[in-house]
Amino acid sequence: MSALVVQFLNGLASASALFLVACGLSIIFGVSRIVNFAHGSFYMLGAYLAWTLTRGLGWVGYGPLGFWGGILIAALIVGLIGVLIELVLLRRIYQAPELFQLLATFGVVLVVQDLAMAIWGAQDLLGPRAPGLRGAFDVMGQRFPEYEMLLILIGPIVLGLLWLLFNRTRWGTLVRAATADREMVAALGVDQRKLFTSVFFVGTFLAALGGGLQLPREPVQLHMDMAIIADAFVVVVVGGMGSVGGAYLAALLIAQLQAFMLLVPDFEIAGLTISIARMTLIPSFLVMAVVLILRPYGLLGKAPSHARTQASVEPVVRATPPILAKLGFASVAAMILLPLIADEYGLMVATEILIFVLMAASLHFMMGPGGMASFGHAAYFGLGAYGAALAAKHFNAPMEAGLVAGPVLAALGGILFGWFCVRLSGVYLAMLTLAFAQIVWSIAFQWVAVTGGDNGVLGVWPSIGKTGFFYLSLAFAVIGVLLLRRAIYSPFGYALRGARDSALRADAIGIDVKRVQWAAFAIAASFAGSAGALFAYFKGSVFPTYAAIPKSVDALMMVLLGGVQTISGPLVGAIVYMGLHEQLVRVTELWRLVLGIAIIALVLAFPQGIAGFAAKRFAKEDGA
Amino acid sequence: MTIKRRELLAGTAAAGVLLGSPTILRAQNAPIRIGEINSYSTQAAFLGPYRNGWNLALDEANASGGIDGRRLETLFRDDAGKPEDAVRHAGELVAAEKVDLLAGGYLSNIGLAIAGYAKQNKKLYVASEPLTDAIVWSQGNRYTFRLRPSTYMQAAMLVEEAAKLPITRWATIAPNYEYGQSAVKWFKELLAKKKPGVQFVAEQFPALGRIDAGATVQAIAAANPEGIFNVTFGADLANLVRQGNTRGLFERRAVASVLTGEPEYLDPLADEAPEGWIVTGYPWDKVETANHVKFRNAYRAKFNDYPRLGSVVGYDTVNAIVTMLRKGRSTDTEKMVDAMEGLKFQSAFGDVEFRKVDHQATLGAFVGKTKLVNGKGTMVDWRYADGKDYLPSDAEVAAMRPKDS
Repeated sequence: MSALVVQFLNGLASASALFLVACGLSIIFGVSRIVNFAHGSFYMLGAYLAWTLTRGLGWVGYGPLGFWGGILIAALIVGLIGVLIELVLLRRIYQAPELFQLLATFGVVLVVQDLAMAIWGAQDLLGPRAPGLRGAFDVMGQRFPEYEMLLILIGPIVLGLLWLLFNRTRWGTLVRAATADREMVAALGVDQRKLFTSVFFVGTFLAALGGGLQLPREPVQLHMDMAIIADAFVVVVVGGMGSVGGAYLAALLIAQLQAFMLLVPDFEIAGLTISIARMTLIPSFLVMAVVLILRPYGLLGKAPSHARTQASVEPVVRATPPILAKLGFASVAAMILLPLIADEYGLMVATEILIFVLMAASLHFMMGPGGMASFGHAAYFGLGAYGAALAAKHFNAPMEAGLVAGPVLAALGGILFGWFCVRLSGVYLAMLTLAFAQIVWSIAFQWVAVTGGDNGVLGVWPSIGKTGFFYLSLAFAVIGVLLLRRAIYSPFGYALRGARDSALRADAIGIDVKRVQWAAFAIAASFAGSAGALFAYFKGSVFPTYAAIPKSVDALMMVLLGGVQTISGPLVGAIVYMGLHEQLVRVTELWRLVLGIAIIALVLAFPQGIAGFAAKRFAKEDGA
Repeated sequence: MTIKRRELLAGTAAAGVLLGSPTILRAQNAPIRIGEINSYSTQAAFLGPYRNGWNLALDEANASGGIDGRRLETLFRDDAGKPEDAVRHAGELVAAEKVDLLAGGYLSNIGLAIAGYAKQNKKLYVASEPLTDAIVWSQGNRYTFRLRPSTYMQAAMLVEEAAKLPITRWATIAPNYEYGQSAVKWFKELLAKKKPGVQFVAEQFPALGRIDAGATVQAIAAANPEGIFNVTFGADLANLVRQGNTRGLFERRAVASVLTGEPEYLDPLADEAPEGWIVTGYPWDKVETANHVKFRNAYRAKFNDYPRLGSVVGYDTVNAIVTMLRKGRSTDTEKMVDAMEGLKFQSAFGDVEFRKVDHQATLGAFVGKTKLVNGKGTMVDWRYADGKDYLPSDAEVAAMRPKDS
């Protein structure tokens, strides 16, 4: 019994820690609609700065003032850094297409990673313990740390303060109004720019505060940003975006589940040992999937007001300008001749880029014409890779069969997950795709008997040489892209775009919106699956990382960089992103810093994406 | 292949002595290139010192005349912790940079990915770090060799000590990936063999880097074990130690812990380092053998820092490669592989051999107890456990390796 009580207290403490990070993210999203990928970076910066201020400098000794003062000042400084980023970067791209800001914040993540390493070094830094709170309470005969008890209190206290801020101040009223209806607030004469900047300050301040308060719990290290960001997003979405109370509720639910599952003993079903206690990474995503399916806007979230947002119809996709078509033919011809001039390495790079062109094109199909952003496209890439590799490993299937098995498995995954996803829209849909991707990743990671776990499936080599494989990839990429293009211009594509621009009107003229979107989802999944299957044979092995978040992010970056609303966008994006990445890693140790700066520069220069920018220029020259 | 101007100048200088036609000269004096792939951006704490150790040995080798007059050079690549990137670098290094052999690898899955590439493309790969047993056993191949004592060896070293304790109820805590799973598997298996009657009453597998330490400690404590086998390291270990200390988990309990005695993991714990844990590790300030003193002095002189275990691994990887090249006198892959098999070389820890039977080096580790001295963790009552004493019999190993290796 006492064990259960203490475990409940553990869950409460973890919930507070999670809530502190998530509430800032929720507030920022609620008002600015920015999916702030850099939130984890602010959290990490808060922890590092707090470490420096409380311990590294030792400026007020190690007393309570030095400790708590250090954490607060660190949070304030990071808040100001957040303001700076809002002013020079985000403010310039609020008008860009939805999710484009994600790209910019991803650039910030990369820059912060390298800067933190340069400033604080690579070694984990163990922070000081809170003065006067080193000991433990006796809870029913078990020891429970005093600092954890404090954390349990801090969560609700911050929640209460935020409630007061939002409900008892003019600023809070404006923020709530902006969360509900941005345009109306602007129309009433409120300076949105100041409001956004101040909200960004509060959000980053809270993230950094969350980081600083972790000092007595865990060492400060360079993986903190990525470790927290996915969890923070889950909490925000489960709670309902923009709802601070919801965030606390969600943090509580997830943290308690994670604490108590550790006590569940292993059991067997049909000879298969199931270990619930090991699956610590799954419950948060499982909770998110279940909540989103039952309550599409989170526990305490409200449906966004659609009235005016529907006015922003995406531009119509026109027929390809002749010059672009010629350019396309020329580049395919050049690729066919490539093996004559390129060396083995050149071919290898080209093969990899072709595979990612296919991957990006498939994501673009659902994001652009389909209007369904996916944060979990790696799921289908990974399913494709595993489909091919497992067919080869368990059934000795030849490559030809593997290249069929991969897309089939991915399409099945797309059909299954898509059915749930198309019931949602916008960021909620994207987050549900992420949840499913994490579930696929967990299965690949933990079902060791079949997938080999993190050691992967090895020895999946193609039955043809390197030049042959290049041509195979070229054929897949060209045919895949042309098929997807064909689909966009077909009646199906028109229905899909109609559904994107106005679900209501599309429904009224007899289009089964959900069905069309579901089909698009499955098609995109199967093409991503063929890219994954090719990738498996290209690399000779398959690992859970193929289905992990960074792969989804890569795909998303390619599409956004190229431009969501142009058909050639994903092709350009894949080439630029992969090419940059590939070459930077070769020439500099600080490749993340340089890549991050390059992404930020591209974002500022081409807010419509690179191809989107070119398309606009075309349109201007045509006088259209 | 391009010649840099500096190399050309060096070559021209040598030409005065060597009187040969320029083409032959180039072939003889072109540097031997090693392609080194590691997770520099994601595992920087371990790999910074590793690279220092690597460069130290490389400079020593070049200062002592290189390999038959040829310089040795390294091209470093960052795989960012992704196996697919590691394979891309391997391809780039081999195809574009024409490296003579591959080395490196920190994470097990990356080691396995490069080993797969090495097998497919018939290139020598000297895996320095990855601990997985698969790389030399179930997935072993002719072209892959591994330096560091494996998961099996580390577990076997701790089992030897754990079996001496008068306790039978054990619990395990390990990160939930292949390394943690294998370490626990071997510890249980070997301990049960050595001491029949031991019981394993609880096991916790927190996700790597994401331990919920308070809840994990509580779950272990609830089973009330007499001994705890720990495999967590890095940030997870620090969290576990803090929560465990405050909650009294380690009081009156024995703890056997893998890698915890390595300065990489012990030093960040500072004055909260646990006391009395049985650990494998590296007491860098106390090992006074001739080889080690020479290495330590050179390292401190060059980098103004003390060596970590990673430094030794980097240093010895290069030492092994240099010894192999001087023995085989060829950069032909098959000849290099032949020279690696059964290769004996001088490591910072003494004599080491790359076993012919499974391509595992017999590099050992130090086994001892942790103790707090002047607010810092260190190892006491330690001894060097030679790797060759902690490996299964040749017959068992041969049964585990694929036939075509």
